[in-house]
Amino acid sequence: MLDTSSRPLSPRFEPPQLVTSPPIVRAIGLHKRYGRVQAVADVDVEAYPGEVLGIVGESGSGKSSVLRLLNLEEQADSGTYLLNTPVLEGQDLFALDRFRRREVQIMNIGVVYQNPHLGLRMRFTSSGNIAERLLLTGERTFATLREAARESLSISEFPLNRMDDPPRVLSGGMQQRVQLAKALALRPVLLLLDEPTTGLDVSVQALVLDTLKRLQRERHMTIILVSHDLGVIRTLADRVMVMRHGRVVEQGLTDQILEDPQDAYTQQLVHAKL
Amino acid sequence: MKLADLAQQRQDYSYAFLDAHAKRELRRRILKAIAIPGYQVPYASRELPIARGWGTGGLQVTLSLVGPESVVKVIDQGADDSVNAANLRRFITTMSGAKTTIDTLQATILQSRHRIPEEIMLEGQTLVLQVPDPEPLRGVTADMSKAHQLHADADYGQMWLLLYEQLVRYRQYIQGASYPSLVNGRYIISPSPIPRWDTPKLHQAAHLTLLSAGREKRLYAVPPYTNVYPLEFNDVPFQVEDQKGWVCKTTGVQNKFMNELPQEDGTSQYELSDSGYANKLADTAQSGATYYDDQGDFYHAGYLKPPVIPPI
Amino acid sequence: MPLLEATLLTKRFYIDHLQREIEVFSNLSFSLESGQFVLVGGANGAGKSSLLRCLYRTYVPTSGRALFNSALGVIDLANAADVDIALLRRQEMGFVTQFLRPRPRVSALELVAEPLVDGGMAWEQALEQARQMLYSFGLKEALWSAYPTTFSGGEQQKVNLSRALIAPRRLLLLDEPTASLDAATRNSLQNRLSELKAQGVAMIGVFHHPEDIQHLIDSEIRLTASQEEVGYVAD
Repeated sequence: MLDTSSRPLSPRFEPPQLVTSPPIVRAIGLHKRYGRVQAVADVDVEAYPGEVLGIVGESGSGKSSVLRLLNLEEQADSGTYLLNTPVLEGQDLFALDRFRRREVQIMNIGVVYQNPHLGLRMRFTSSGNIAERLLLTGERTFATLREAARESLSISEFPLNRMDDPPRVLSGGMQQRVQLAKALALRPVLLLLDEPTTGLDVSVQALVLDTLKRLQRERHMTIILVSHDLGVIRTLADRVMVMRHGRVVEQGLTDQILEDPQDAYTQQLVHAKL
Repeated sequence: MKLADLAQQRQDYSYAFLDAHAKRELRRRILKAIAIPGYQVPYASRELPIARGWGTGGLQVTLSLVGPESVVKVIDQGADDSVNAANLRRFITTMSGAKTTIDTLQATILQSRHRIPEEIMLEGQTLVLQVPDPEPLRGVTADMSKAHQLHADADYGQMWLLLYEQLVRYRQYIQGASYPSLVNGRYIISPSPIPRWDTPKLHQAAHLTLLSAGREKRLYAVPPYTNVYPLEFNDVPFQVEDQKGWVCKTTGVQNKFMNELPQEDGTSQYELSDSGYANKLADTAQSGATYYDDQGDFYHAGYLKPPVIPPI
Repeated sequence: MPLLEATLLTKRFYIDHLQREIEVFSNLSFSLESGQFVLVGGANGAGKSSLLRCLYRTYVPTSGRALFNSALGVIDLANAADVDIALLRRQEMGFVTQFLRPRPRVSALELVAEPLVDGGMAWEQALEQARQMLYSFGLKEALWSAYPTTFSGGEQQKVNLSRALIAPRRLLLLDEPTASLDAATRNSLQNRLSELKAQGVAMIGVFHHPEDIQHLIDSEIRLTASQEEVGYVAD
């Protein structure tokens, strides 16, 4: 048994001084319970513009639940969630009604799931999957939809000669690219990635990660990335939150978490995986 | 004692078959449907002496509206003389004492399966369409409570996605009948399985259209002078059936909706689908104004646009 | 004030499953001016690299302060918010090691240009500077557009140093960058470092063979091996 009472406290750093822009994502005091399971307990998430925030933890740690809350797929039991855009500034997104919440989700948040079935219509065309995002905002010109699908797919480095193939005939890596193109179609302020490369071949995984890295660099996008794979986290994330049993046990710069973990659990996690 | 003494005395049915409560409920539902154009109003679909799926939805609406002074026309796929239409007509008149007609313009209530007549219907007339499946979102979601929510949110993106997919695969809209249409800028309806040819006739129509599904227990309405637009992308207009050059073998008419009659030699002959209109032309060679003129132009100029094959 | 002023900087590792603390260095105080080059000396295990990592915040200092006179204001590297450190890493602080972390399908040129792009430069301009940098480190031009995953160790080092030294920095932390370099590359590195020093970049470095950069050294911090357990925390 670990004796947690004697362990040194995680360092508490000063509030930001040099970074003067406010966080673009500010979710405070998130709680979520499923039946008797406290999936998320008192979690704060802050991400700054252009930053990649990683969330690591093993299965059941609550990391994917946090992502679902941030994607407005589910209501938190308590907590507030702010997206600092000109339109939404100061508005608690959890307090919105269902209709408005959906609208905010469509216009501001993109998501890529581990399981492409969650994010894609497998029997529709790939381009249609992207066009749907624009259709939801009221776009009604066919040529514009085609052009937008083409643009998004090429940004995510998907071969355009296959743009009208349905995802079900595509490889796993290609399906993730379609998901990514769909997520990016409306130029979201926040991109959520839920284990985006888990289950892919190592070589394919590297290519998808590379695309994500390139995109992040070129578009200066704010990304929140959930993964249990520390290699993925190391490649993409600027900062990391470590979750266990629904709580954040430690957070810090990615290299600091991986090389000088302060928390007992993080030390175990890092040493087990490296 | 004879058996007849034990039996109850013979009683007539309520007027127009349905009891007063049923008719009152239906009339209230109809008023609600008219008040919220395109919105599907649930109702307690009653048992009738015909089977569900044979026009019971339309029949209940007709029975709740009919009176002794009514003039009723019943058609099935445009024909007054099909078995189904004849049965319904006989039942309605027996139960209500209403008169019947095959002249579209003489009818006060016109109950129809899958067609809207060629002659422009008039103010004060009521068109009752029999609907097998009222839900245009059926192809989008199998979950009807989800469909209900999509209607509530006017969340029709997935309907448009179906059209997008059709254009990508076939370069044209391929839905033949029940073409989804937006009513009064708010609700998308399935206009029952009328051909695309008939869909534009609902737009800014002078008459009232009531659509009723007996098995699905829902009815909805297009009130007079209401906008109805088939879903179409800005750059790829909706098209009605192309029957250019099809000539009715009995009347010689063109540019009306035709039935195709395949011949033994592999060719086809054509005849007017609207039999009442055909009769009128045969008898008097006179008819009312039609939705499509002899050149095939629709009476609301500019409503139908020339075809576009979209580049993909 | 100096560019960097460390006061009583201490680093101990706490290894939870061993339930014990390991001291790396303690109560270090030193300062560094712009354009100054400080050598960190000491025996193996004295914590030389750890000191650099504490300043870069890969390691969390246990106590003490490290005030850095950033262009945006004075800030304590030991206690600054993670996002502030991340900002300084993008704009003011560089960490140079001998290892490259190549990524598949990213060319040498792009890899070298990335730090400039992260600092806000347009790709075009960044790539142009990357070309010059690779040229000065002597990487064959044929390899510029190739993927360093397939490069030899020596070629990777050239890419690595180009990448590490391309972006303008106020402070460079050098962790044995000269180890196992060939003579020509070592020469290019020496030239680049003196060029940077002349531009006013402050450097603090650990070198296996300090004679390589003897002419650059202004002063030296000597760490004494102190890697010993300072006591059991529990148990």
